[in-house]
Amino acid sequence: MMWLISLIAGTVFGAGLTISGMVNPQKILNFLDVAAIPSGGWDPTLAVVMGSAVTVMALTYLYLGRLTSPVIGTKFFLPTRRDIDTPLVAGAVIFGLGWGLAGVCPGPAIAALALTKVHLMDFAIFIGALVFGILLRMGTRSSIPATISSAGSKA
Amino acid sequence: MENFTPLTGLIGGTLIGLSAAFFLLMTGRVSGISGIMESALEPKSSGYGWQWVYLLGLPLGAALVGMFMPQFVPKIEVNTTWMVMGLAGFIAGYGARLGNGCTSGHGICGLPRLAPRSIVSTGIFMTVAALTVFVTRHLI
Repeated sequence: MMWLISLIAGTVFGAGLTISGMVNPQKILNFLDVAAIPSGGWDPTLAVVMGSAVTVMALTYLYLGRLTSPVIGTKFFLPTRRDIDTPLVAGAVIFGLGWGLAGVCPGPAIAALALTKVHLMDFAIFIGALVFGILLRMGTRSSIPATISSAGSKA
Repeated sequence: MENFTPLTGLIGGTLIGLSAAFFLLMTGRVSGISGIMESALEPKSSGYGWQWVYLLGLPLGAALVGMFMPQFVPKIEVNTTWMVMGLAGFIAGYGARLGNGCTSGHGICGLPRLAPRSIVSTGIFMTVAALTVFVTRHLI
């Protein structure tokens, strides 16, 4: 059951990334390029995508308060930490640098594999390096925080 | 704003939100792609295997759009070298896991529940990404 749900969720997510245009790195960069606002070259689409996804999720969280458990499984694995620590800030800075360099983040990179032959190798290299970066972080994590017990559920 | 595509942005963004909502209500988990990748690379995590199925779904969904609604597939433009793609991937992967999340986990799943860590993270990575684009597009 978990596999079927994962397949449906991943597929709908991938379709959403495609239709929204977020699989196109230039579209991400055209949003991030705020210096283009005065000339009219700015593309605010990413804000619309983020805004609509966040709205759906906000309504879901409101409804979630009435539930004690998900449909399968016994509890919700929502991150509980609220502290702003150095790894959080440093990680966001580093991730932002990587995202801004190419206009590619993890989800769209994987979805884009099915959409382009010309740039297939570019995305494959991105994903390979992404995995390497993730593995490096996993290898250098000295102490394992309590929240890690629910591995896939981390934000 | 000739590149602005609000309608497909709204449709696609809603689908992304519905996917994350469905996954949360069904399994109790948040849809953080880099987090799912990390646990896919960590075979000892409980209930292993679904992570790979989820990640396989991403290109499957993209392919289905291409098959049945090709007019909704955007042009994929990569205007950078493979070396920059590799560097960017490595940096993004390390940073996302150091900071416990990327655009999906902190942005789509964290912001709407007003998680302070996600608000801070999203604010920072958006700002740094915009600054990076300013440097690469306008300064060098």
